Amino acid sequence: MKILKLFLIIFILNNFSQSEASEKSEELKNKILKNIRCLICQGQSVYDSESDFASSIKLVVEKKINEGLTEVEIYKFLKEKYGQWILYEPELSKNTYILWLLPMLLFLLGGAIIYKNLIIKKK
Amino acid sequence: MKNRIYLIFTTSFFIFCFVIFYKGLNNSNIYTPKSDAKKNIPTFIAKDFYSKNKISSEKIFSNNDLHVLNIWASWCVPCREEHSILMELSKNRLIKVIGLNYKDNLNNAQKFIDELGNPYSQILTDKDGTLAIEFGAYGVPETFIIDKDRKILKKFIGPLNKKILKEIELYLK
Repeated sequence: MKILKLFLIIFILNNFSQSEASEKSEELKNKILKNIRCLICQGQSVYDSESDFASSIKLVVEKKINEGLTEVEIYKFLKEKYGQWILYEPELSKNTYILWLLPMLLFLLGGAIIYKNLIIKKK
Repeated sequence: MKNRIYLIFTTSFFIFCFVIFYKGLNNSNIYTPKSDAKKNIPTFIAKDFYSKNKISSEKIFSNNDLHVLNIWASWCVPCREEHSILMELSKNRLIKVIGLNYKDNLNNAQKFIDELGNPYSQILTDKDGTLAIEFGAYGVPETFIIDKDRKILKKFIGPLNKKILKEIELYLK
């Protein structure tokens, strides 16, 4: 009877850890799919799209996760195949530095204007 | 004076935006990554359309010919359009045309080949479209020119035409 209980506990624990692992990989898959652009759709992520392209990408991402690739490695793989455009977050490069630096410059400029006005008002 | 400068600045800003967006209207909305580096084809194992045997990419691209990999499907209308070009291409003995049947019903694919002819020296099946993704394809039809070192020289998105046929033949020279 004791052995049977022990087996039952091991079985339940094993099932629990398996379902937890699959839940984690599902979460990772969804996170990746939301971060990649469906290249043949208009303004949709692969996660949101039901196109042939998106459904194949979903399968490939799932396969890569099962193969043990990390999130970064999967992004790298997709970037090699389809270029930078497939990722929603562009890297800092000579083509994108204005995109990255302009908001910071505007923020600093705005801050400087506010600061100047406040000081003038105080004076 | 201040109002005038403000007006000129705002008007020129809107004109600038208008010109940018107007020019953008003429741009193609199909994105293709620019890449000068020749990429190696992926290593894969695929199912043969006729024998249903599994074949490795090394075996498929083993000889010294120029390979043309064409992704097609019986449900794809532009594939029908480009088929005559592929038939013409297959007449060239220095070119090996390989077909990748994309997300297709095998009976329909067979009917398509029976009706229009078989330009392919080998047809592989890609039931779930994952192999096409490994190649970096967007959909059908798409054609890849692959050299004897298994490097992708060029890819053509959309149906082939006479102009592309001449371009492919230039790779033999």
